Amino acid sequence: MTTTLSTRRAQAAPAGTTSVRQRITERVAPYAYIAPFFLIFGVFGLVPLLFTFYVALFDWNPIGEHVFIGVDNFTRLFADARFWNAAWNTISIWLLSTVPQLVLALGLAHLLNHARLRLAVFFRMSMLVPYITSVAATTIVFAQMFDRDYGVLNWLLGFAGVEPIDFKQSVLGSHVLIAVMVTWRWFGYTTLLYLAALQAIPRAIYEAAAVDGAGGWKQFRHISIPSLRPVIVFTIVTSTIGGLQIFTEPLLVSRSAPLTCGPVRQCQTLTLFLYEQGFGQFQFGYGAAIGVALFVLVVALATVNYVLSTRIRPER
Amino acid sequence: MTKTIRRSGERVRWWTYVLLGLAVFACLFPLYWMFVVATTDTATATRLPPEIAPGGNFFHLAGLVFTTVPFVRSIVNSLIVAGTIAVGHALLCSLAGFAFAKLRFPGRNVLFLIVVLTMTVPTQLAVIPQYMIISSLGWVDTLQALIVPGLASAFGIFWMRQHLSTTISDEILQAARIDGATTWQIFWRIAFPLVRPAAFVLGLLGFVTAWNDFLWPFIVLKSPEMYTAQIAIKALQNNYNIDLGLAMSGSFLATIPLLVLFVFVGRRMVAGIMDGAFKG
Repeated sequence: MTTTLSTRRAQAAPAGTTSVRQRITERVAPYAYIAPFFLIFGVFGLVPLLFTFYVALFDWNPIGEHVFIGVDNFTRLFADARFWNAAWNTISIWLLSTVPQLVLALGLAHLLNHARLRLAVFFRMSMLVPYITSVAATTIVFAQMFDRDYGVLNWLLGFAGVEPIDFKQSVLGSHVLIAVMVTWRWFGYTTLLYLAALQAIPRAIYEAAAVDGAGGWKQFRHISIPSLRPVIVFTIVTSTIGGLQIFTEPLLVSRSAPLTCGPVRQCQTLTLFLYEQGFGQFQFGYGAAIGVALFVLVVALATVNYVLSTRIRPER
Repeated sequence: MTKTIRRSGERVRWWTYVLLGLAVFACLFPLYWMFVVATTDTATATRLPPEIAPGGNFFHLAGLVFTTVPFVRSIVNSLIVAGTIAVGHALLCSLAGFAFAKLRFPGRNVLFLIVVLTMTVPTQLAVIPQYMIISSLGWVDTLQALIVPGLASAFGIFWMRQHLSTTISDEILQAARIDGATTWQIFWRIAFPLVRPAAFVLGLLGFVTAWNDFLWPFIVLKSPEMYTAQIAIKALQNNYNIDLGLAMSGSFLATIPLLVLFVFVGRRMVAGIMDGAFKG
């Protein structure tokens, strides 16, 4: 590498003698550098997304016929109780996992944001451990810990006189279980993002507030929260996009009926429903229609959340 | 490294440590529990009161994992996929981030806006056409079906652009140009070495994401020899005759490589995430 650099430099040294070919290379270079992303995103992101809308209009069997049926898949979808069940499950799990996660992260970031905190590195690193643990492993462990008969949690609750809770079998219980797993995985990462933003706030602002008699809570509400606005918006939008596409947790929670997340579809999410119809039943057209519905849901909720969260204003 | 400015003055209250300690416990206990069930005899998962100390049965269960599924192969597959993605992703995103941060060319701002906007596109719901494309490429049940789509990301480009525009001054680049360096030489000899730490963390994040990915490998991979570690865990769980200890053991074995990695580079990961795009 060093030799080619020096020879090329020697050739190019006299000004004005750069070859035409080299000049073209230089002109094209920026586009060549960004091309891989656009190529990859185009082939594996954009084209499949657009193609989803197309396939949704067909009765599309992966190894058989493709028959154009217009909006029939959608009429069928809206009349399908399983679809509405999956849609409500998705929204419920998303709310149960997002709201506590962001609140928890905010509180922990506030606690960590202290100049004299000891073991700061240890706390930060520990909170990133769930993020590096795979969803598959997480799900298997949590499903066991939340087991009705032999789970640690119910065993501990037993001391408080609580009857064993069958998390996996009930609707709310299975949603809570999945939400706990999602929260566990992401709250540390979110905490670090919030902490970084907190540390960027000049100390003088807090000092001035303290002089004016503002206590810890008031400082938190009137200085920290407004300053965190960009990162809060970012985390709300990304956790909306991610939280509505949850798949692995519900698939692995139920060992007996994985594709429906239990016998009565108590925690089947839209992505899991999509998988069940597309790859379990080989109805690519119907599966794609679920994808379109999910797309609309994600875009709608992400937009609503974006608009709502940008309303957080600095308060005086 | 900029000096961090934090909440001033007052000393840390004791309950701060209690609350943070609880958070740490919540983060680490599930992993400890995974280890406990993976090391005691096969009936531990179904006994009350639960065992809370690890037993000596780890090697028995680990042995079962290796004979039930081609586990070594699946770890190797995961290493190939995650390793290639880590290196490729860091390089390609640095290159694109360099172009957006330091090169002037027509259409730059519009193209960068498009990159940022693609971050909001939920592509996971397009798995059916994605599968069709992979299928028409003849890539079903191959590792490149996992590797190629993960080689570049909008997040990575955004991240590297941020670092490149703050770390490297235009004067250095201009000086290099006057010396007759080509754009590629400027990138490879000057810019990339200066942002290597950021690229390293980006590579780590890519590695972790690829190692833990589930949905896409679950759809694309068919034969047990092609399984990644995560799909192997799922296969262990499918095995009804053998109890949960086996799945736990597999989960634990598949988590060890990342834990080991984390011990060495976790600090840099934390710093990298905090040093990312949202400071200020």
